[in-house]
Parts: sequence; C-alpha cells; structure tokens
Amino acid sequence: MVFSLRKHSPQPEKYTLLLEGVKVENVRLVDRISSKKAALGTLYLTATHVIFVENAPDTRKETWILHSQISTIEKQATAATGCPLLIRCKNFQLLQLIIPQERDCHDVYISLIRLARPVKYEELYCFSFNPKLDKEEREQGWMLIDLSEEYKRMGLPNNYWQLSDVNRDYRVCDSYPTELYVPKSATAHIIVGSSKFRSRRRFPALSYYYRDNHASICRSSQPLSGFSARCLEDEQMLQAIRKANPGSDFIYVVDTRPKLNAMANRAAGKGYENEDNYSNIKFQFIGIENIHVMRNSLQKMLEVCELKSPSMSDFLWGLENSGWLRHIKAIMDAGIFIAKAVSEEGVSVLVHCSDGWDRTAQVCSVASLLLDPHYRTLKGFMVLIEKDWISFGHKFNHRYGNLDGDPKEISPVIDQFIECVWQLMEQFPCAFEFNERFLIHIQHHIYSCQFGNFLCNSQKERQELKIQERTYSLWAHLWKNRADYMNPLFRDDHSQTRGTLRLPTTPCNFLYKFWSGMYNRFEKGLQPRQSVTDYLMAVKEETQQLEEEREALEERLEKIQKVQLNHTKVKAKQSEPSKHSGFSTSDNSTANTPQDYSGNMKSFPSRSPSQGDEDSALILTQDNLKSSDPDLSANSDQESGVEDLSCRSPSGGECAPSEDSGKDRDSDEAVFLTA
Amino acid sequence: MEFSDLIRTGRAQAKLLRGPEAPPLRGTLCLTGHHLLLSPGPQATSELWLLLLRSVDSIEKRVASDSGTITLRCKDLRVLQLEIEGVEASLDIARSIEALSSLESVITSFPFFYRPKGLRLGDAWHFHPPERYYKRVARETNAWRLSEVNEDFSVCPSYPRAVIVPRSVDDGALARSARFRQGGRFPVLSYHHAPSGTVLVRSSQPLTGPQKRRCAEDEELLRAVLLGARPGARGFIVDTRSSQAAKQARMTGGGTEAKAAYPGWKRLHRPLERGQPLQESFVRLVEACGDLQQSTDSWLRRLEGCCWLAHVKEALSTACLAAQGMEREGACILVHGAEGTDSTLLVTSLAQLILDPLSRTMAGFQELVEREWIQAGHPFQLRCAHSAFSHARSKHEAPTFLLFLDCVWQLGRQFPLSLEFGEGLLLALFEHAYASPFGTFLCNSEKERCLCEVRTRTHSLWSGLNQPKERRKLRNPLYAPNPLAIWPSVELQSLRLWQGDPLPQLLPWGAS
Repeated sequence: MVFSLRKHSPQPEKYTLLLEGVKVENVRLVDRISSKKAALGTLYLTATHVIFVENAPDTRKETWILHSQISTIEKQATAATGCPLLIRCKNFQLLQLIIPQERDCHDVYISLIRLARPVKYEELYCFSFNPKLDKEEREQGWMLIDLSEEYKRMGLPNNYWQLSDVNRDYRVCDSYPTELYVPKSATAHIIVGSSKFRSRRRFPALSYYYRDNHASICRSSQPLSGFSARCLEDEQMLQAIRKANPGSDFIYVVDTRPKLNAMANRAAGKGYENEDNYSNIKFQFIGIENIHVMRNSLQKMLEVCELKSPSMSDFLWGLENSGWLRHIKAIMDAGIFIAKAVSEEGVSVLVHCSDGWDRTAQVCSVASLLLDPHYRTLKGFMVLIEKDWISFGHKFNHRYGNLDGDPKEISPVIDQFIECVWQLMEQFPCAFEFNERFLIHIQHHIYSCQFGNFLCNSQKERQELKIQERTYSLWAHLWKNRADYMNPLFRDDHSQTRGTLRLPTTPCNFLYKFWSGMYNRFEKGLQPRQSVTDYLMAVKEETQQLEEEREALEERLEKIQKVQLNHTKVKAKQSEPSKHSGFSTSDNSTANTPQDYSGNMKSFPSRSPSQGDEDSALILTQDNLKSSDPDLSANSDQESGVEDLSCRSPSGGECAPSEDSGKDRDSDEAVFLTA
Repeated sequence: MEFSDLIRTGRAQAKLLRGPEAPPLRGTLCLTGHHLLLSPGPQATSELWLLLLRSVDSIEKRVASDSGTITLRCKDLRVLQLEIEGVEASLDIARSIEALSSLESVITSFPFFYRPKGLRLGDAWHFHPPERYYKRVARETNAWRLSEVNEDFSVCPSYPRAVIVPRSVDDGALARSARFRQGGRFPVLSYHHAPSGTVLVRSSQPLTGPQKRRCAEDEELLRAVLLGARPGARGFIVDTRSSQAAKQARMTGGGTEAKAAYPGWKRLHRPLERGQPLQESFVRLVEACGDLQQSTDSWLRRLEGCCWLAHVKEALSTACLAAQGMEREGACILVHGAEGTDSTLLVTSLAQLILDPLSRTMAGFQELVEREWIQAGHPFQLRCAHSAFSHARSKHEAPTFLLFLDCVWQLGRQFPLSLEFGEGLLLALFEHAYASPFGTFLCNSEKERCLCEVRTRTHSLWSGLNQPKERRKLRNPLYAPNPLAIWPSVELQSLRLWQGDPLPQLLPWGAS
C-alpha cells in the first residue's frame, strides 16, 4: 500500500514536497450523471492532493483534489462491488469512489480525515507551493494590489477625509487594518471613544468615497447600546461623517440584519442606534440573515443539486425551499439601496451588522461595485476584495474552514458576494472586464490555500505569520494569466456601463437565476456545450494576429515597391498570404454524446453510446496540469474545442486535428460527417 | 359583411401607454377593419403607431367620469393601455375592437389585403415545395419516392399534395394504409439521416380499435421502411402518449401497432403533454410572470406549478431519444401520438435540428418549419386562435409551436455557435404564428390553404423575413457551422426559462 509517489506517477515538478503516500488500485470513479459509467483506476494520497489516475491506457486521465478543498468525507455501506466513499468539495466537486477492499477504504477514509483538517497554518498548501518564482518576483506579486494607491484613486486624502494612525500596531482594533481613513473632524479621542462603544471595537471607518458628490460609505460593527446606553464620542463620530459630506444634512445608518435579530442583541448589551440620540441620522433595517441561516440554505441547495434524476418540480421546489436566491436578492437589494443613496441622493451611509465583517463586507462591496466602474475591471475587482474583505478583517480562516475549527463558524459569505457579481454580470454583460471563469477561480482559491492572500482572520495575524515572505499572491498569478479572464464583450464606453449600474426599479423575480456554472461546474455535461466567451476571445486574438500580419506585409510591400522603383524592373507578384479559413469546423470537438435520454434503448443489445468526453470536467489530464492551475478544470476545457482555435496560426489553413481527437470517438465521427 | 358595420366609432382622442421604456403617445385614435392606428398629429415628431387587431387577445375596459381606459393584452404577450376621451367613444371602440379582433373568416383577414412595397405576390411560395426536400433525399438514397396519391387531398386532408414514401409501396397500398390511420395520416418520410442511412417517419395512430384490427398494407409500408434503410434494420415506434393512454385509445377506435404485426419494430412510450393541459400551463406561466408582487420564493413555486419547464424537458428528451435511436443505434424511428399533428411534429422537427446541420441554417430552419409544421398539417388556425390572456377559450388552442420554439431556444443556449439564426427569428415566428400580415400561418392544412388561395393572394412570411434588412437582424453573429449532431443536456440545471420576448414586456409602468 505504501509507495513513493515520485516513482509511480508522472509527477509535475512543483509538487516536490511529497511524503510517502497511500496507493490503492482498482478503484472506480463513479460518474454522477449516469451512474452506469465508472472509470477504473488507481487512487493516490499525497501530502497535498488526492489523485485518481484512470487505467484507460490512451487517456490516463487524472483527477486532482487538494486536501484543503475537501469539505466532507462519507463512508457508505459496503456493497457487493466494494466500499463506496463520497468526497464533497468546497468548490462543489463531488467525487464518488468505490474501493474494492473495506480495509483500504477505511485507511483512505482515516487518512483523508486527518489530511483534510490541518491544525496549524504551516500545514497548508501555500507554505509548500512553489511556482518557481524568485524572491523579487514574489515581492512584486504582493505589490500588485496596493490599497494606499486605491484610496488615492478615490481622491483621498482631501479636505474632509484623512489617513488616521490611531490603529497603529493594532492598538485600537485588532481586526482592522492599520491604515484607515476617517473624517478630518474626528479626533483620536473621538475614535477611541467610539471604538469602546462598538462591538469588537470596530469603529466607523471609510470604505468608499464617491468623489462626484462627497458622499461616502462607512462601515463599523453594532453599537453597544443595549436598551438605553449612549456614547457621546460615537455620536460625535457619526456627526463627523455627516459633516464630511457638506451636500447633505443627514446620513443613513443601515443595519443589514433583520430587525428581530438586532433587537435580540439589545438584551446582550449590543443593538442598534437610537435615532433620538444621534442628530441627523436616518435608520434603516435591511434584513439579511445570519451566517447560520446562510450555511443551511447552501446546504439545502446543494442537496437539490445532488438529487439523482429529480423531476422539474422536485428541483424547483428544492431550490425555492433552500431560500438561496432570496438571500442573494436581499444582499443585492441592500447594495442597491446604498448605491442609490450615495449616487442619487448624495447621502453618506454607515453600514453595520453585528460584528461588521460578514454582511457588512458583502453589502459594502456590492454597493461599491455598482457605483464605481473601476471595481468592474480585473484589477479593480482584486482591489475591492483586498479592501472590503481582506483588510477589514473578514474571517477567512473561520468562514471557509481552512484550519480545523468550529463548524458553526463556517458560512458561504464571500461565495454569496461572488454570486451577486455573477448575477450582475448576467444582467450587464458588457459592464465587466472579467468573465465568469475569473469568479470561479477566485472562489476556488479562497478554499484552496494555495496562495497566502486569504489565510488567517485578520491583517494582524497575517503579519505575524509573515505571509508575504512565505507564500505567493493569488493576484499576481491571476494577473499573469489575465488573458484567460477577459470578457470579450466588455465595453467601458457604453452609456449603460459607465458610472453607476442601474437595475430596474420594478420588482422582478426572474432577475436572479440558479448559477449552474458554479454549483454544477464539475458536471460538464450540464453546461452549455460551446463557450461564447472563448470563441469571441479566439476571434479577437485572430483578428489581432491578422492585423499584425497585415501591417508586416504592408511594410514589406512598401520596401519592395521602393526596390522596384530603384530597379524599374517588374517582379513577380508577391504571393498573397495563404487563405484564412474560418473558425467553422474547428468546433467539432464540441461534439458531445447524448446522455441517457431513456433507459429504454438498452433493450437492444447494442453498443452503448460512447460518453467518453463528458467526464473531462472531472478529469484533468497531465497536459492541463502543466498549465497554470492544477486544480481548475475550467482551464482544461477539452471539450469546448475553442481552445484549439487559439493554437491555430491565422494563416494555417487546415491544421492538425485537436490533440484529444485520438481519445474520443466523436472526433472521428466529425471526419466521417464532413466527408 | 362590411367591416364598417362593426366599427361604431371610428375616431377619438387618446393616450397610449406602451411600457416602461417607451414614452406615452398622444394623438388621434382611428379604427379600421384590420388595424388600430394612433396618429400623433401633424406637429408631432413621432411616427404613426399601428396595431394589427388580429393580435389582440383580450380587452379590459374601465370608465371614469369623462374618459375610458382600455387595456389590450396581445397574443405576443404585449400589454398596452389606451386612455380615451369620452365614455361613449371608449366603450364603442372597445366593443368594435372586440368584434373585429375575433373575426373567423380567413379570406377577409388582413393578409389578403396586405401589399407591402418591394415584395411580389407568390415569390417565396415556391421556396419549399415537398419536391425540393425529395430532391435532397433522392441524392442520398434510392429507397424513397415522391407520391402524389394525395393530389386532391382525398386520401389525407391534412397532408400536402406530395409526400415521400418507400419506393416499393404503390399508391393503392398507401390509400389503404391511410384508411387504417386516424385522419388518413399514413406513415411518410420526415427526415433521412444520410450518415447512418436511417429514417425518421411520422404518422397518426393506427385505427386498431377494440377488435385489434390489422391492415396488411400498413404493415407492408412499415416493413418497406426498414428494408429501405438496410436489410435487417430495426425500428422504434415512439408513441407520444403513455402506454395507458394508448390502450384507452382503442376504446375510441384508435390504438397502437401490435408487436406481432410489425416485426422489427419496438414500441416506446414517451408521454408528452398536449392540448388543454399544455395551454393551461402556458396561461399559468404568463400569469406567474405578470405578477410582480410576489417574493422570489413564491415565484419559483409558481414556475414549478405551471410545469412549463417540465414540458420543455420532456419534449427535448423525447426528440433526443429519437435522434439517438437513429444516429447511435442505427434504427429507424416512427413517431406518432394520436392525431399526429402536434407532439409528433414537435418530436420530428426537434430531432432533425439535433441531427441535421442544414436545418440549423437560416434557410434550413425556415424550410423545416414550413415542411414539418405548416405543410405537415399542424392546425395553426385552431391552435393559435388565442394566446395566454383570452378568456374566450375554445378547447382547440395549444401552444405546441411555442413549445417547439422554446426548445429551439434551449438548443441555441447550449450551443450558442451552432444555429445560424438568433432569438429574433424565434420571436418573429411566435408573433406571426398568432397574428400576422403574412399568409404563411393561415388555415389548418394545405387543403384549406388551397381552397382559400392563400398562396396566390397573400404574401409569404419567408419573403418578408428574407429581405436583407430583416435577415441581418435575425442572424446569430456567432454562427460557425457545426457538422455534428448537437446533443443537448436535458438535466434540470441546464434548462432555463426563456425570457426573450414575453416577460420584460409584462413589467408594469406606474399607474399614470
């Protein structure tokens, strides 16, 4: 059972830190969509990954799962065929393995339980992950996103806002960053006083400044008001925020919790602002549920996704009962309310929930995204997450269970934000510079622990761990591969996409859709079979190449004409560039196979339709591993066929068939059909 | 009968509300035999507004002290509101619209008067005769011939003049097989799949009845179908009813093919919803979409309650089954339900779209609609008499064709590069199927169209749509010909509600 992996497996060099691992042969990987198909192969456990390598000699498909992605492991009752093991991942991948021997299954189960629940940060993958960059490149990577630059971009500091050093060395609040913008009229005394009146001392600080009209979005935690307590400094603090916006004589205070929850908090000495005590505030509840409700809601929705051949009504009922889309809508509504207050009314807003690090982060970032086109660019989006989530102490470690901890702390808070962005992308297809894949990859890496960005619960902890010296930055990695993440439809000059995004004011239920690209992303068979994004990117790239070619040829022509003039000799006509064939037929590898539309057909003892390539979503070939991201199957889209386009030279004419043509029967049929 | 008899008040001052985006329009309202016009007056910059009365599905009138409000709900799911000065005038106009929009007569309908500039009568009617498709089949196989047994529509009133049948079966046998099939719809060729050599055949149910009658010529015909594909070929009969419904049909003279009588054929039952339940599903869907007061949760419950997406899933998976049988199993497929004019056509046309790259082109798709829906005898006039809003419902309406368009849209969503046409063409077909200035969707069969001289006296929708200006709008800019079969996913997560046309227009626009 024990093996040294280096000998057995075609090993990419980056996983050098491998221990003696576990190897089990004759394991079957069950296909979720049609349970009849199962791939036979070998299972390996390494220090960082679970790897399944198919036996099929021509493909040797590999499935890699990072231990940190594993959410639950379930050992099911032993059947005649073997012992089933169900692995659910945080990126919504579901792996069903059947291991022949009960004893092996138990070993794998015990090992995985341990491997999936690290107790020390040092055990996480990012401390061993080495993308072979030197020290300087690593440092530059961390410098890609700079928050002080971002505040400068907003137009700060200015007459109303200043950088405060009150939280130097995390003296006031240990979950806040050290660099914070506060109103100029708020003295250190006011800030410290206010912080004592706020949960976990998270005092009101600036999240976003709208330079067009001086309105701002500030964030904090709930006040410790109980039933009647007051705090003069806190009242002054809110007054200072109001004064920093000369255009308005009041501010909105938005409590993102349901009113009942906020009232219950009063009994514990916490609560919400009393309008009578604060001069010139308008108080508003929004009603986003807490992390426990959200965790259960996601759980219910995933159960619906897992149902085996449900009826349409099971599916829609389940989706509705999960309440997931209602929660997404609540977050969106809060963001829309704030964006409107800031851009249309010109009123500043203070947002808080309980501790001000979950719902507050969601709502502030949705509002910023609606308000400022910069956050809808690739880099701007990284900045947004860095600002509202990482720097303001969103508890990544607790929420996403990077280290073994309290399961009640886990909740899909940032997942919901990412979904909100996707819902917006669906409604404004030209407003975002990045595409769906970008969101999916960020979601993946929040859980993967491959990069240091999302480690720990606060800036302070990250500094103590010296994250920047010991790990790499995801942002640099994404930026390097930005060509993969571009939205070809992006137009920043369109009237609908400039400035604030305006959603329809009328209530509309069909605005929010089930995101199968995320929650079913490993079931490739369910996804659209052709990718418009990839196609358009390929067209764009080809256009550019042709453009360059044309320029080069024109240059050459000019030179030749000069030569001709000099020699006044007629030369043979320059040969035209070879014919450019269109994109047309290269979509062939989109070929897919019919799924089981009916069990009835099997009544003929016939060849079953090959379903080979539907699996490729789950399966990563070795080739793909060599590409940028080992754990992202979206990169390794073998089916789309569009990938093949990009490797065609523009003047290539007929090119060699795509690499995987040898593997699946459908490509052969493509030839057959065209013949 | 003169239209003028029905027009009580021809003219009034009115304000028109068209939705949240369009500004209200003021002007003089005029009623003609076929149209409602609103002329904004000589000074106004906006253009004349025109509505085909035929497209009005329901009218609601409300009167105030000195004016009236008429809400027009159209068959293409638009909702319009007219505010008319004068109580009497508004009531008269409402009554006139009611009468004029529900005229039954075909030959007084607008297509017989519509004479657009730039189009010549009869131009496009020659685009898609059955001979044309036969030429293509004849290039691929010799086993089929074009029969004119139905020359005078006496053998089957709902079939076109010419149909494609196995070469070895003579016209006499066809006529006898027709007598054994409901409505005379004997098995005819729908599609020949050249790569596998198999065929898709459609018919209506056999009239076996409680005595389990048989018909030698019908059996011969289906045997010839298999022989034409290849010796030893087998076939599936896809019955679009449940096996219980098929058995029950025997009591009323219908039934299914007996196993013993048709060696080589195997029967599959894939029940598809049709008729009244389908229409109700459509009505409930539109109601749910129009109700904006509900929360996200009850929206999903209502979407589920109307079952529309379940019908989409069933239709697509049955079509996939038929296509899979041909392409993967090398089997011939016969599709029928009861009459063979609704769900049968849904399955055969979708199966072709999945298998045949040509039918995914602009011209090919139009040919498919013409051949598999219009000429194949889908009773458009009965099925599309009313849309989702009308209260005066007879029992013949059913949005089978809309369901087909929805399924095509789902295919287009899953294969965004593989259809040459975009959503625009599907929306145009939906609109024109229910109310159109063109004659293409008039009547219920070729026979009726012949009697009404539709082909010589009206314009064809295809020539309207194929004008270069229109064509450009209907194209899918991402189209890249895909020579393969396109197998859609019919999993629930893959299907989506088609929001294209109807829904955004249902948004209310402030009570002004």
